[in-house]
Amino acid sequence: MALEGVSPDTLATARAIVLAGQGIGAGLALIAGIGPGIGEGYAVGKAIETIGRQPEAKSDARSTMFIGCAIAESTGIYGLLIGLLLVFANPFIRHILD
Amino acid sequence: MEMNVTGPGKIITLTFGDTEIAISETLVTGWIVMIILTALILWLTHDLKVKPTTKRQAAAEWFVTFFENTVRDMMGDKFVYYAPYVATIFCFALVGALISLFGLRSMTVDINCTGTWAAMTFVLITYWKIRNNGILGYLKGYTEPVAVITPINILSEFATPFAMAVRMFGNMAGGMIITTLVYGALTAASQAVYGLLGITFLKYFSIFQIGIPAVLSIYFDLFSGVIQSYVFIMLTLAYVGDAARTED
Repeated sequence: MALEGVSPDTLATARAIVLAGQGIGAGLALIAGIGPGIGEGYAVGKAIETIGRQPEAKSDARSTMFIGCAIAESTGIYGLLIGLLLVFANPFIRHILD
Repeated sequence: MEMNVTGPGKIITLTFGDTEIAISETLVTGWIVMIILTALILWLTHDLKVKPTTKRQAAAEWFVTFFENTVRDMMGDKFVYYAPYVATIFCFALVGALISLFGLRSMTVDINCTGTWAAMTFVLITYWKIRNNGILGYLKGYTEPVAVITPINILSEFATPFAMAVRMFGNMAGGMIITTLVYGALTAASQAVYGLLGITFLKYFSIFQIGIPAVLSIYFDLFSGVIQSYVFIMLTLAYVGDAARTED
């Protein structure tokens, strides 16, 4: 690779920096979980309000709520996916290891 | 329970000259699920009566009615013929996810699998849009309301199947990774306790793995698997129904 002739010490330092960066990056990516948490809580709260006001619309409100929650969740899932990629399939570390 | 978190393992690799075709865990699990479903359906539907006399037939009828009503609610009476397709996807996804309860790798923890289903939904959406508007009308739909936002429209068109695939994959993969990590931690904890107490004969048996992972399994495998399969078919119905319904 492009790293020929680099001393082992430098390589070890580079590897450590990449590992530290991937850990911090994965942690930061999971901050994306805040948004869906608030959004889903709000959706569920509104659904409960609806059920309280109109108990006969219970099944409708519930199925609509599940779909809304699933859609609100996707941004959080993107963050989770980025976090998983960084931890388990980091594309940058290959340059250092090979 | 050992799981490879970076992707499904390859069971066999077939080589034809230079090309390699890998038979992955997902494929094998998929065929197992198909066999289970076929057996289940054959058992549910043999010697049916006009008036149901057995619980077996009542269950089968309830199942069919449930999906027909779901499709009717979401898409209207005209599109009830989508019920078998939707029921198939639901059963396949559900049993494919629940098979992880038997220690196999669940099918939906593979972006190829969920991506295929999302691509099928995308094909259906595009088919209905082209059929209702004509190929020119379909292409013109991208330039509405103004021509400047065409790239954004194209992006949002492809974001639909992408989001569907990633949503299901992400949910199940996250659950599987957390479960695997907890299994590993429980093994380590058991070994530490054995070392403390000086027990040597239980080296391959982890005492903490009894019972505790079941709590996680109920949420991540059962609840998540059912909800995500249901949400997947509901989104399919919503999107396809949106594209298929004409203005009248």
